[in-house]
Amino acid sequence: MRSIPSFAVVKAAGGRAEVATSSLSMLKLGDVPEPPLPAGDWVRVMPSLSGICGSDLAAIGGHVSLYLDPLTSYPFVPGHEVVGVLDDGQRVVLEPALGCAVRGIDPPCPRCAEGRPGLCYNVTEGPIEVGLQTGYCADTGGGWGEVLVAHPSQIHAVPDGLSDEAAVLVEPLACCIHAALRGGATKDDVVVVSGAGTIGLLTVAAVRLFTPPRRLIAVAKHPTQRDLARKLGADQVVAPAEVFQRVRFATAARRLDGMNRSLLLGGADVTFECVGRAESLNDAVRFTREGGAVVAVGMPGEEKVDWAPIWQRELKVMGAYAYGSEPARKGQKTFVLALEAAPGLDLGSLVGPLFGLGDYRDAIAYAMSAGRLGAVKVAFDLRRLRA
Amino acid sequence: MPRPGAVIEVDRNTPPVLFHFGEGIRLERLPLGARIVYPPDPLEPIAHPERAIKRALAKPLDDDPLKSLLRRGMKLTIAFDDLSLPLPPMAAPDVRQLVMEEVIDMAAEAGVDDLHIIAALGLHRRMTEDELRHIVGERIFSTFHPDRLYQHDGEDPENNVYVGKTAQGEEVTLNRRAAESDLVIYVNLTLVPMDGGHKSMSTGLASFRSIRAHHNAKTLLASRSYMNPPDSALHHSCIRQGQLIEDTVRVFHIETTVNNHAFPAIASFMQKRETDWTAQDQAMFLATKQMTDIAPPAFKRNVFHAMRAPYGLTAVHAGQVDAVHDKTLEAVRKQINVPVEGQTDIVTLGVPYLGPYNVNAAMNPILVVCMGLGYLFNFYRNKPVLRKGGVLILTHPCRYEFDAVQHPSYIDYYDEVLADTRDPVEIEEKYEMRFAEDPWFRQLYRKSHAYHGIHPHYAWIWAAHAMDHAGDVIFVGADRDVVHRLGFKCASTLEDAFEMAEQTVGRYPSVTHLRTPPIMLCEVE
Repeated sequence: MRSIPSFAVVKAAGGRAEVATSSLSMLKLGDVPEPPLPAGDWVRVMPSLSGICGSDLAAIGGHVSLYLDPLTSYPFVPGHEVVGVLDDGQRVVLEPALGCAVRGIDPPCPRCAEGRPGLCYNVTEGPIEVGLQTGYCADTGGGWGEVLVAHPSQIHAVPDGLSDEAAVLVEPLACCIHAALRGGATKDDVVVVSGAGTIGLLTVAAVRLFTPPRRLIAVAKHPTQRDLARKLGADQVVAPAEVFQRVRFATAARRLDGMNRSLLLGGADVTFECVGRAESLNDAVRFTREGGAVVAVGMPGEEKVDWAPIWQRELKVMGAYAYGSEPARKGQKTFVLALEAAPGLDLGSLVGPLFGLGDYRDAIAYAMSAGRLGAVKVAFDLRRLRA
Repeated sequence: MPRPGAVIEVDRNTPPVLFHFGEGIRLERLPLGARIVYPPDPLEPIAHPERAIKRALAKPLDDDPLKSLLRRGMKLTIAFDDLSLPLPPMAAPDVRQLVMEEVIDMAAEAGVDDLHIIAALGLHRRMTEDELRHIVGERIFSTFHPDRLYQHDGEDPENNVYVGKTAQGEEVTLNRRAAESDLVIYVNLTLVPMDGGHKSMSTGLASFRSIRAHHNAKTLLASRSYMNPPDSALHHSCIRQGQLIEDTVRVFHIETTVNNHAFPAIASFMQKRETDWTAQDQAMFLATKQMTDIAPPAFKRNVFHAMRAPYGLTAVHAGQVDAVHDKTLEAVRKQINVPVEGQTDIVTLGVPYLGPYNVNAAMNPILVVCMGLGYLFNFYRNKPVLRKGGVLILTHPCRYEFDAVQHPSYIDYYDEVLADTRDPVEIEEKYEMRFAEDPWFRQLYRKSHAYHGIHPHYAWIWAAHAMDHAGDVIFVGADRDVVHRLGFKCASTLEDAFEMAEQTVGRYPSVTHLRTPPIMLCEVE
């Protein structure tokens, strides 16, 4: 629910889990009516597993960008990384973007016409409330509830061989494939993926699969993350403190040490910034080469970033949000690419622990410290509710 | 009369023996029956160095008197060894200063105007102005620096010339000013048998292109040891290159040797055998130990690196390189040789705070290996003190610390290369050119005070022979992660190390402790 006092309290507490999930928080567990089908062709989805995303934690912890506030309708049921079943028992994953097709708007807006529903102009229109995605819209329900409603264009069948645990990561994998294709690294490039949470690790996998570079360097903080980054395709995994030293060597760049931080002359060709924090962003724009690309993949908040390097190095700073159709892959849908790639990635091993909705406080607290605790994707298991 | 070196067998009355431990010291008890090898006492220095220098220049070996080689209008270059020796740096005046002052006076008398003085640092780091001033003295520094006193730059494309190839295919380059001079006078200081001779010109004024001909794993593995030139493939290669250089340019060599008086009065206990320690020595040991146990590394480093050694000149010879160097080696051997009977299962060594490549800097882990398994292990003739497959036990804290100014490429070598492989041959194949040609390392070598990009590889392969020879290498009191990265074992105490060593060499092993520095060379029979 939208509550300015709650938001202020949680933010003032620094987003600490015990406050962010307390009675003062914006997040409540309770019974709400099942969302009605907005139109005749919509279907009900009963979530099996629903992931806790970094963007969910940012919203709960009060450090989400307020830019997103008018693009959200309240109260909403969170959860947009969803694998579930339809009424007929078919297993599906949800493509949560709420673009023109979902909203029944024809002709679609220019971005949706290009196959970019994540950039839809019409997120305020149609039979459902404002919202960029399921999980941030008051009318659709979300993955952290027993039932949500979805337009058929949002539904993708899950192949039999893909477990629920793997399928719940199809949505973030699609985001990362989209980011990799946006970054467009070539075989001669040195690529850095900064951050090794779910998005960072899946970006490593996506870059390795779709745009394999000459050298792929992952920046990871925790031991489990380091191991997984290597497993998913990083040539080298480095700690945040050594990123300048390692990127310099990999690119034969020159390193200068300024009063506050280092910079490279030369550097990485493409950097995928998957942390979304000022420290990491400021590093990224200093170790990416002049004219190189910095792709913001992890959802950033309102962070203080020095724009001088972006200006002086003529960096291409680009966002990579959601998914759609990929021009670099002959217009194939990102979700289709993700579903094809998923079986080869052993995604299930990245998921866990699983929590019931009743244990949501523990789940949120665990997810907020996932890296330190050796976890990647913490998720809610709603299968028991149907049993 | 100074005592020669000695081998003492440990009995119940033997006091604990001093072990260097980086920027610290410790006393350790060795097992009964172990041997302690002590270096000889410092030889008496020449009473009047200036006179000895004049005499050497007037009556050179297999060459004309220097005075007769000097003439008005000639192009004269003096090259001299850099600060990588002696260790610790010599208390002023440095013998190189004394020699150069004499040479410059003679040149001035002969009317030589075109005189350049070049620090022959090869791929070592550029010295700071203070370091340079310390070696050459204020008079030379203020007269010649910076236009006519400067440092060799092995990466300057304009100022290095290709001389040719030896019969073995070794490429030879030379500093352009030296190559175009009518006469090059090389002023050397030989502390150990590895130094001097043809190696001076063929490394000191060379570029990577020619140095790589002998600074490589294959050559080092074939040098048993490089502290004994006749058995050193490294030196054979340098000689071939040096001969080619001598065919190109007229060279007059002046080589000096000093005694092993390596420690100032305040640290004289380090110079002495423990049985000779006076009450004052014992007090100084305790005070030093107390200080080094509690002081932060940076403070200890400043204290130790401020030490200047009261070395005394023991010989100076001038003339043709081979004739001079034979005499020089003779003088060096007289000071540092110690006869040692037979090899041993275990050798223990204390690695000190200083090696040739960390003057005024921390000794990083690669340099610890270079010092312990490179230099100290290789101080032998005939065969190593350690038997093949034996265990080498070293004491050093071996922390992950690097001097970012002096050793930037060492950081990448440690983090990237040693994480991949430790095999010197494999490293060379995969990484040699990458480190040698990295433009940033090149710039830091040329403009800052950094060792050349390839230098950590040279430091690493300096230990190749020891790594090949030893069955195990155990570091005592070192950082465990660092030692494992280096590929060795780690023990908390010397006792633990002996226990671990038994797994390799069996029970009741023979043990020899090399009580160095001061430097010594074991003649193993």
